[in-house]
Amino acid sequence: MLLHELAHCRAGDKGDMSTLSLFPHDDADFELLRREVTTDRVRTHLADRVRGEVLRYELPNLCALQFVCHQALDGGVTTSLALDTHGKTLSHRLLALRLTEL
Amino acid sequence: MTRIGSGAGFAGDRIEPAVALAEHAGLDDLVLECLAERTIALGQQRRLADPGLGYDPRLRARFERLLPVAARRGVRVLTNMGAANPLAAGEVTRELLREHRLPGRVAVVTGDDVLAELDLAAPAWEDGIALGEHGEVVSANAYLGADALLPALTTGASVVLTGRVADPSLFLAPLADRLGWDLADPDQTAAGTLVGHLLECAGQVTGGYFADPGVKDVPGLADLGFPFADVSPDGAAELGKLDGTGGVVSRATVREQLLYEVTDPTGYRTPDVVLDFREVTATEAGRDRVRIAGARGRSRPDELKVSVGYRAGHRAEAEISYAGPNAARRARLAAEVVTERLGGTGLRVRAEVLGQLGDSPSATAECRLRVAALAPDGERADLVCHEVESLYTNGPAGGGGVRTSVRDVIGIVSTSISRDLVRPRVTVLEADDAAA
Repeated sequence: MLLHELAHCRAGDKGDMSTLSLFPHDDADFELLRREVTTDRVRTHLADRVRGEVLRYELPNLCALQFVCHQALDGGVTTSLALDTHGKTLSHRLLALRLTEL
Repeated sequence: MTRIGSGAGFAGDRIEPAVALAEHAGLDDLVLECLAERTIALGQQRRLADPGLGYDPRLRARFERLLPVAARRGVRVLTNMGAANPLAAGEVTRELLREHRLPGRVAVVTGDDVLAELDLAAPAWEDGIALGEHGEVVSANAYLGADALLPALTTGASVVLTGRVADPSLFLAPLADRLGWDLADPDQTAAGTLVGHLLECAGQVTGGYFADPGVKDVPGLADLGFPFADVSPDGAAELGKLDGTGGVVSRATVREQLLYEVTDPTGYRTPDVVLDFREVTATEAGRDRVRIAGARGRSRPDELKVSVGYRAGHRAEAEISYAGPNAARRARLAAEVVTERLGGTGLRVRAEVLGQLGDSPSATAECRLRVAALAPDGERADLVCHEVESLYTNGPAGGGGVRTSVRDVIGIVSTSISRDLVRPRVTVLEADDAAA
């Protein structure tokens, strides 16, 4: 199963960083996301885009995971050579992650 | 209780939903946030070319539509459309008020331009390299806070124009003004900052940038309405949108916007407060109504963030299409050829084939080679475009549709500056004076 079936995501940009906020469609799946979508898996999955470290924050009140990906924007919005200089499409690249438990 | 609306979330935003909000939502304040990280540096470029420019190019178009409605409905308008030249934006606004025979007072907040105070030897946050070594610095703008806006509000202005101000501060200031909040109270300031953060991207909290057909459907996306917040003196807030407009306000849309561009949810720094999201809750309180509570704050930082713009060279971009059987392999061969021909230029070249279609011999297969490079001079930028263009008769078979462009690039890096070095000012322009 792809992460896309269980969760939604929005990407934001700041400098050369991309933030990926991940939320289950159903709150009951938050624990599953917490287990499955680890920092390591995100880093591996997005390895061709994200060159720096990935930090994960957990916000149980909101049933949210926040991934802060460093060196993700080819230097930053204005000097990036990528077609999507803001890295906005990274949100749905993350949702293509295949879950192992399901 | 006060009601504040969001009429623009970026410089390219639509105008109609803002007019509808001003007309029908019973707003006290309408905020238009139009400055992205790099926008002000582009404004500085325009101002260097013409000292009368540098403010938002759509200022007149937005205000032509909005100011008559806002004046009729008694809605105060705040915006950072002053960009790199708030005083010129103020004069344009005063002229517009006069043309439409509207009463009003325009307050202009300046002082964010700190180029003269900038230490070019200081390292940039992003890469640790001295600011001055990135290239010729063309702009340095400090993110002003709500404290810089409050004096403009106490003048009784109906329109407030700023340059660089932290986005949530544009909302926090009128909330503090209406609700009698003390900016030194971290929890009140955090509550107002949270509301500002949720509203600052306008339609992004009412279902814009959210729809994923079959997974997350948004009704009436073509007629997307913009959001407002009803904020209580205790800091609790309800987000909503105008009845009859398209879009949706739900826990899901609110959560996506809540963490948007937040690089540390335990300490989101603005000039006004350090906001902690960990206790924040978002609960649906009715149709298109979401209640927000639980923002916690710590004292504001001693230093202000500064966004520095520098000349970063010229970006060349060139593309060519290949179609039909074996299209992807021909496109990849073209990429290799161009990369090899540009090998001696010393440029970082990115060549990619768009449209990942494998090698199936389909008649409808189509892909496009894109070549991009950042060149320190125009000559080498032109060379990148020339090499793609020359694929017509010097590359693989069947390429077509070459498009090339070269554009100046303003790079952006960040640093910080002591508050003592930043001196916000308010200039009041009377529409009536202009008429006299």
